[in-house]
Amino acid sequence: MKEISLHILDIIQNSISAKAKVIQLTIFESTINNVLIVTIEDNGQGMEEDFLEKVTNPFITTRTTRKVGLGISLLKAAAERCGGSFHIDSQKGIGTKVEAIFQYNHIDRAPLGNMPDTLISIILSLGNDIELIYIHSYNDEAFTLDTREIKEILGYEVLITEREVIKWIRNYIQEGLKKIYGGVGN
Amino acid sequence: MKSLKELEEIRKRTLENINLRKGREGYRIVVGMATCGIAAGARPVLTSIMDEVNKLDLKNVTVAQTGCIGACRFEPMVEVYSPDGEKVTYIKMNPEKAKAMVASHIKDGKVIDDYTMTVIDGKVIDPVSE
Ligand SMILES: Nc1ncnc2c1ncn2[C@@H]1O[C@H](COP(=O)(O)OP(=O)(O)O)[C@@H](O)[C@H]1O
Ligand SMILES: [Mg+2]
Repeated sequence: MKEISLHILDIIQNSISAKAKVIQLTIFESTINNVLIVTIEDNGQGMEEDFLEKVTNPFITTRTTRKVGLGISLLKAAAERCGGSFHIDSQKGIGTKVEAIFQYNHIDRAPLGNMPDTLISIILSLGNDIELIYIHSYNDEAFTLDTREIKEILGYEVLITEREVIKWIRNYIQEGLKKIYGGVGN
Repeated sequence: MKSLKELEEIRKRTLENINLRKGREGYRIVVGMATCGIAAGARPVLTSIMDEVNKLDLKNVTVAQTGCIGACRFEPMVEVYSPDGEKVTYIKMNPEKAKAMVASHIKDGKVIDDYTMTVIDGKVIDPVSE
């Protein structure tokens, strides 16, 4: 994937497929500690232990038509390629937590990429009954977005997927991120 | 700085729109967002569809996304469901094609055949040669 945000978009599809009700996405960027950590935690159906072991095994794919492996092994490879690491924890019936750690200034680290577009794509696929909590920090600054807060204001008649709402959310995130980056783009 | 208060305004405006379009069935545009779709560029296709729908101010459209549509080599794929329930599948989309599709298919009701998938005898015929 060309951007870390595309991995995020993909990994969150797994949480949705696993019937999660709440998904928490945390992005922790610290130039001081030279790390970028992405964490995706859900309360979906989880995985059995033996399955979990197979899933972290890179490029175990039955696909022969393309080089692209499964989503999890792609993210694992992306993190490990740039001096980072990958962890996945899951418990059947409880949920799953995926964590990818990247060395911030590694030459092979893909850019984080377009988070506002990624988040609206995610929100469109969540529909109305899955919640997303997004916490993004850059050194000492942080931005958060919680779909529950937005839905509370919208009430039950106006869905979060309405185009005017989506447009607003995209601008809101753009502004919020610009602020945590201190006005400079990433 | 944008604040959550602005959402209240949007809520009111949108509510009026919702009441206006009540009872009128619209188009539903669905973008495939599985791993191959995402890697092939589904996200910019989705956002350019939304941008064009906003730009043309098309009211009776919902944009959504789905998992694997099932044919990696034709990604990014977009399905358009018309009000009468008919489905058209566009393949190998990009932001430019997506914009053209919205303007032609959704606004004017004209399917862009060059971008669609054709199935003959159960086999997918690829209109865009690789
Ligand atoms: N958050 C999750 N909760 C439960 N199961 C998951 C989760 N993420 C992944 N899985 C399981 O691991 C499998 C592999 O995931 P992934 O590598 O993304 O490939 P794919 O989604 O194409 O199957 C999934 O099919 C699913 O069974
Ligand atoms: Mg997946």
